[in-house]
Amino acid sequence: MNSESALNAHLTHTPGVDVRKPLLECVRLEKSFGQNRVVNSVSFEIYPGECLGVIGPNGAGKTTTLKMLLGLLTPQAGQISAFGAQMPKEALFIKSRLGVVSQFDTLDPDFTCVENLLVFGRYFGLPKSELLQRIPRLLEFAALTNKAQDKPQALSGGMKRRLSLARALINDPELLILDEPTTGLDPQARHLMWERLQQLVQQGKSILLTTHFMDEAERLCDRLVVLDQGKIIAQGSPKALIAEHLEAHVVEAYGVDVAQADLAPLQTHANRVEKSGETVFFYAQDATALLHALQAYPGLRVLHRPANLEDLFLKLTGRQMREGS
Amino acid sequence: MMRFWPVFMRNFLVWRKLAIPSLLGNIAEPLMWLAAFGYGLGSLVGQIQTPSGAVAYLNFVASGYICMSAMNAASFEALYSVFSRMSVQRTWDGILNAPILLEDIVMAEMLWAAFKAVFSVSAIFAVMALMGLLEQAHVLLAWCVLLLAAVMFSAIALIFNALAKGYDFFTYYFTLFLTPMMFLSGVFFPRDQLPHWMQSVAQWLPLSLVIDVFRPLFLGQWPPSVALPLLAIVGYTTVAYALALRLTQRRFKSG
Repeated sequence: MNSESALNAHLTHTPGVDVRKPLLECVRLEKSFGQNRVVNSVSFEIYPGECLGVIGPNGAGKTTTLKMLLGLLTPQAGQISAFGAQMPKEALFIKSRLGVVSQFDTLDPDFTCVENLLVFGRYFGLPKSELLQRIPRLLEFAALTNKAQDKPQALSGGMKRRLSLARALINDPELLILDEPTTGLDPQARHLMWERLQQLVQQGKSILLTTHFMDEAERLCDRLVVLDQGKIIAQGSPKALIAEHLEAHVVEAYGVDVAQADLAPLQTHANRVEKSGETVFFYAQDATALLHALQAYPGLRVLHRPANLEDLFLKLTGRQMREGS
Repeated sequence: MMRFWPVFMRNFLVWRKLAIPSLLGNIAEPLMWLAAFGYGLGSLVGQIQTPSGAVAYLNFVASGYICMSAMNAASFEALYSVFSRMSVQRTWDGILNAPILLEDIVMAEMLWAAFKAVFSVSAIFAVMALMGLLEQAHVLLAWCVLLLAAVMFSAIALIFNALAKGYDFFTYYFTLFLTPMMFLSGVFFPRDQLPHWMQSVAQWLPLSLVIDVFRPLFLGQWPPSVALPLLAIVGYTTVAYALALRLTQRRFKSG
């Protein structure tokens, strides 16, 4: 529903750009490995200046979709076009205008930070003189200027990811494709990464990212595509998705009494109730009556908060662990 | 068309950092081999009859040893080092995010492994020249044959690289393929010492073809036959590269 209005809201921020024409578009992508259908009729597009998030549980088909966008896997059906060219036929042209950070670091362990950027820039056919101008700026952007002559082994996880990001920017790409850019990072490193990604969007770059972190998706992405078992099950702006699928308030009740207490009287005050382990989640449009009623249970600890993307994600994809997760 | 070049250069730059210490090994090992086999065994064996004439055993075994070294060096690089870049370090995955195709990488790795092999063998050339074992001027032609040979052995090794699940797999390649070939191809003794039926098979082994052209040139003679062995070397290389590429592409498309 709301993807259209979210997009329109976004368009007003970027005047003078032909935003109606997507940078990258994929239409009804299909991919199976043997009997296993990993991507099932997936269609979406990315517009200039936009940050699009692809979220979904492990095995939802996120990485496979990205690999098809990069021409590393060939879809059994469907079309991918970017910058007016077709993938995989014109893969080299498309990849020359993309920046990619893959899920696992692929930095060269034998090279220093500077050499990593230099060698990678050569893959794009960029001359050394041009690269030597770009590299100091990129290292500064990645907050790695004083690590310029260090090898990746000497870098922390966050520094390695930022070096990977700097490497992906070496060809000054229009569109960045980031596969779980902050997985495994500590909070400081994640926040620095977010700050840098927001900076890039402000500079007019477009970003496609996958993530497991709902706070990351909520903070960075203009629009989200929710994938589950290879299918798109929802898409739209984070706010619009929450408004569409969830009640405004969430009250979590937890503590030793949860198992014993008779919570039935509370249920009338909530639109929806879920129990997960030792915690009960009450979803309500208005939480006043519920919070009042909870005062009768002094043994319970109560957390009242607005509904967020994580609630949405869990509602859409379920709370139970997936096989292989 | 030259997209393989930056990938080749990447390997060169890594190697350059370690080239000096590895050069020492490239020189020390052949010296020990040649001393043991050439002088030690050579004094017992004396002269060896080859199709192009009689040669001292030291010269006979040195020329065979160079071909064997090129084969081993190319195979080692195209198996262990390439596998590490392809699978362990994920260097290839990074490169594939740039406008470079898998075929460019496979081509670059094949040529790189060949270059490295020929370089390490050139160190042996230098040592032998210093020892006064290189007299004639056919050496440059011999060196070119070695380059072709190194490309062929890299291409063959890349087939097994594409099939490997881990480093252990390569032990089979060395013990079941390269080592028997080393004994059947005329490195240490002329192939006419083999049973007749074995000779007719052994003459088509990749290493035999290389030795048959390389040895006479290296010793300042003309090989009795050039076109057929060279054609077979080019044929093996083409087929091996095509197969290695197909298998590598299949490996990367399956997940």
